[in-house]
Amino acid sequence: MNFAAISTEIFILGMGLFAIVMDLVLPEEESRKSIGGVLIFALSGWFLYMFTLYHGAINPLEPASMAALTDRFFYQGLYLVDNYALFFKQLFILATVFTLLFASDYVQSVLRYRGEFYALLLLALLGMCVLASATDFLTVFLGLELMTISFYVLTGARMGSKDSSEAAVKYLIVGSVSTAVLLYGISLVYGAVGRIQFLEVCRSPHLFFPLGIAGITLVLIGFFFKLSVIPFHMWAPDVYQGAPTPITAMLAMGSKAAGIAAMMRVLFVAFPLLGLYWLPMLAVLCALCMIFGNIMAMRQKDVKRMLAYSSIAQAGYMMVGIVAADADGMKAVMFYAMLYVFANVGAFAALAVVEAQKGDTSHRAVSGLARSAPVLAAVMTISLLSMAGIPPTAGFAGKLYLFTAVVDQGFLWLAFVGFVMSMISVYYYLLVAKAMYLGRWDGSKLEISGAVRAAVVLSVLATVVVGVWPEKLAELTNLAANTFLR
Amino acid sequence: MENFPLLTTVLLAPVSAALLLCFVSSKSVQSVRVICAAAMTVALALTVYAFFSYDMSVGGMQFVEDVPWIRDLGVHYALGVDGISLPMLLLTELIGLAAVFSSWGITERPKEFYILLMILIAGVTGTFIARDLFIFLLCYEVVVIPIYIMVIIWGSTKRVSKEYAGMKLTIYLLMGSAFMLVGVVALYLTAFPEGARTFDMQALAAAAAGGCFSEEFQIFAFFLLLLGFGSLLSMFPFHSWSPDGYAGAPTAVSMIHAGVLKKIGGYGLIRLGLLVLPLGAKFWAPLIAALAIINVMYAAYIALAQHDLKYVIGYSSVSHMGYVLLGFAALNVVSVSGAVANMVAHGVMSALFFAMIGYVYERTHMRSVRELRGLAHQMPRVATGFMLAGMASLGLPGLIGFMPEFTIFVGSFGVYPVLAVLAISGIIFTALYTLRVLAKVLFGPRDSRFDYFEDARGVAMMPLIILGIALVGFGIFPQLLMGMVGSGTEQLMPLLERITDAPAFLGGVR
Repeated sequence: MNFAAISTEIFILGMGLFAIVMDLVLPEEESRKSIGGVLIFALSGWFLYMFTLYHGAINPLEPASMAALTDRFFYQGLYLVDNYALFFKQLFILATVFTLLFASDYVQSVLRYRGEFYALLLLALLGMCVLASATDFLTVFLGLELMTISFYVLTGARMGSKDSSEAAVKYLIVGSVSTAVLLYGISLVYGAVGRIQFLEVCRSPHLFFPLGIAGITLVLIGFFFKLSVIPFHMWAPDVYQGAPTPITAMLAMGSKAAGIAAMMRVLFVAFPLLGLYWLPMLAVLCALCMIFGNIMAMRQKDVKRMLAYSSIAQAGYMMVGIVAADADGMKAVMFYAMLYVFANVGAFAALAVVEAQKGDTSHRAVSGLARSAPVLAAVMTISLLSMAGIPPTAGFAGKLYLFTAVVDQGFLWLAFVGFVMSMISVYYYLLVAKAMYLGRWDGSKLEISGAVRAAVVLSVLATVVVGVWPEKLAELTNLAANTFLR
Repeated sequence: MENFPLLTTVLLAPVSAALLLCFVSSKSVQSVRVICAAAMTVALALTVYAFFSYDMSVGGMQFVEDVPWIRDLGVHYALGVDGISLPMLLLTELIGLAAVFSSWGITERPKEFYILLMILIAGVTGTFIARDLFIFLLCYEVVVIPIYIMVIIWGSTKRVSKEYAGMKLTIYLLMGSAFMLVGVVALYLTAFPEGARTFDMQALAAAAAGGCFSEEFQIFAFFLLLLGFGSLLSMFPFHSWSPDGYAGAPTAVSMIHAGVLKKIGGYGLIRLGLLVLPLGAKFWAPLIAALAIINVMYAAYIALAQHDLKYVIGYSSVSHMGYVLLGFAALNVVSVSGAVANMVAHGVMSALFFAMIGYVYERTHMRSVRELRGLAHQMPRVATGFMLAGMASLGLPGLIGFMPEFTIFVGSFGVYPVLAVLAISGIIFTALYTLRVLAKVLFGPRDSRFDYFEDARGVAMMPLIILGIALVGFGIFPQLLMGMVGSGTEQLMPLLERITDAPAFLGGVR
């Protein structure tokens, strides 16, 4: 039992329990912002510490290097902390820190059970981290359920709001169905192979029998539900719209990245030999996501709902990297997932402020934002443009990585679809910009707290710096992708 | 002066002005304007210095800078100018400074306007000095969004609403660039094996010379680039954003857009299309030539029927781009020199036109040929500007427009005799619509409605002075421009000789 390997998970669990205890200890009428503050401080400290955990390339011929490898496993290889897992865990922690930064005001003014919000968010984070490290199907399932069940509750956290309750129920039902599908798929694979560890599943010849193929298909469909890939996306818009805005942000950037992380490991470690089957399916689905996600987003009048559809399209872009199925593709996915965090924080932080003070997230609510809160309008515009992939924002570099990787593997048509659709997406992103800059201004000024200001400024800075000079992030993702252990 | 990063300074002058403006109170309008004017003056002065100290006898890329930027993609922050890009850079800074002065009268949210204007100018500057394809694309796409915001906030609604104009402009350019990006990605991946890949344009050209690109690939990739750069250059049938966009845009945006941004299309076709994909260029050249003639004739014909001054100039710019395309399509050193020089010439005159229209519109809120008349009585200086731009537009010798057009005709006549004759006859149309508009707007009896409007003076004269000097200077001393351009296009000579026997579209229709 090498508990050092799971120090991150232990730490997060500890912080989650700490949030519960703090909530009980603090008097009823006192603000819960202090909990958020402690969590932000602790998590960002841990985030920085994690940079020291990355390992170099592992050479199987060198005993010292192999010893370092066994340090990375926990519980007989069920759990692996390689660079890939570390990168994604850092991404989840960063996303949580940003969310906590801009959520504290929102939580204070909109939600009734505030302490629970923090505890559940940390549990969801724990689930994501488990997903990133899981190397067998049951651990994947465990992480996925820990994450989604926390999110079911968080989605319904706006007590008294019909939208929020509807979203929670919908999410619960569709989520349970998808869980059932996933579990059924896992049981089929187990039935065919008799193993649940990825590395052992991979070696089994029985996987090529119909039973194994059916199992793989169902496992993938389970993941597609979680990632809201078209045609398994119908829950996403309602859930995104109904959930409290910080939770929507976490769903879009955290939950999605966690699903992608687990799916990549499943595909590349457990099923690499069956690429013949899943590659064409994945290519078609990600083209569908890019096309219809963007087209459906065009008609939306509510910014949150628009972002839900746009997140479907974004999942499509990220899957482009999976279709490339090599180190370049993986690196591109990680790069994109990270910059998507920055873009999402900018957009949702601005929306959270608008929603908390105007009670609405429609185009009408954001109209005139350029005058009532110029900083938020600028941040929102830049973040949306990053999602669209317009330089000098990070989205451009990210898309270039994704599409060079996939064209290199011979999928030129995907690059066509991707570039054309991302240019089309500029249309609906600019509609928001138009509402903000040109819409009628009711003369009010929005209040922006220091924490929100810090969140938006940091995220925009990251978006622009990564866009103009992606070197550092590219190095990190290169390291993570090239030392990915199969 | 040897190691001074001149081009970086030129690029960063507007960027730093934009950053500085973020910290200036939006109430101190005058300091906002002065900061921008100062930044652009610095940029222009350095560019003029570069223009005159460029060593033409050596040729090639000069004032080079090179910093490794993104190692795993093979991107370098590599800048440099040669005889093709230096005139374009000079044009950018000239028009940039003139645009700052023409926007002096903006009263609505001036700080935001100037920040966006500076970003716009920086983006255009970057495309012309980049030697690296990645940096080129980065700067090229940077310009699109500021333009959209500037059009929808400070634009004007006449025949089409400014929201419509802005969106049309943006979507057309972005769709074009989507195809171009696919082409660039394919180019990048095909040129070198993994690990040795680079976005350096010279390396890509060297790869092409070394035969890394098959003929089929060149034809395919050039077509994608043509879609992107062609729509930016308002090549028929992708031209319709241009008049609508210019009509909706505020003066400064029209000036920069018609003056320089559009020229990125032509510049890209030469720098990327011709140098990297010569066989593709050769293959599609007959099609480009045919479309060029449609541009020249069709747009000039439409311009005849326009009443809104901005539409007249908008269509006239589409028509002039036809000459540029023809010069490009003839694929010889003379005609390509003419194309580059014509881009500069057209840039100066269209910017001057838009500056003058902007001045008149700002005062009178009219820009219809039907309403305006006899302005020469009340605004002699503005009328001078109009006349200069108009005469240059119809190619009067002694002004900037003559030599480039003449060169294009000389160069293209041997290749496409019929099309060249048709293009020359297009000048008649140009003369017709230009003279018709100028006669109606400027001359005729004095109209007392305009008695209350002042003539341009002080700051409002600056665009006229800056652009007028270029217009007349390069007209009287055409060698200044043609020599520079010639030193840049000479490097094309071996390349063009190599592809003379290459197959062409439909057997090279003449």
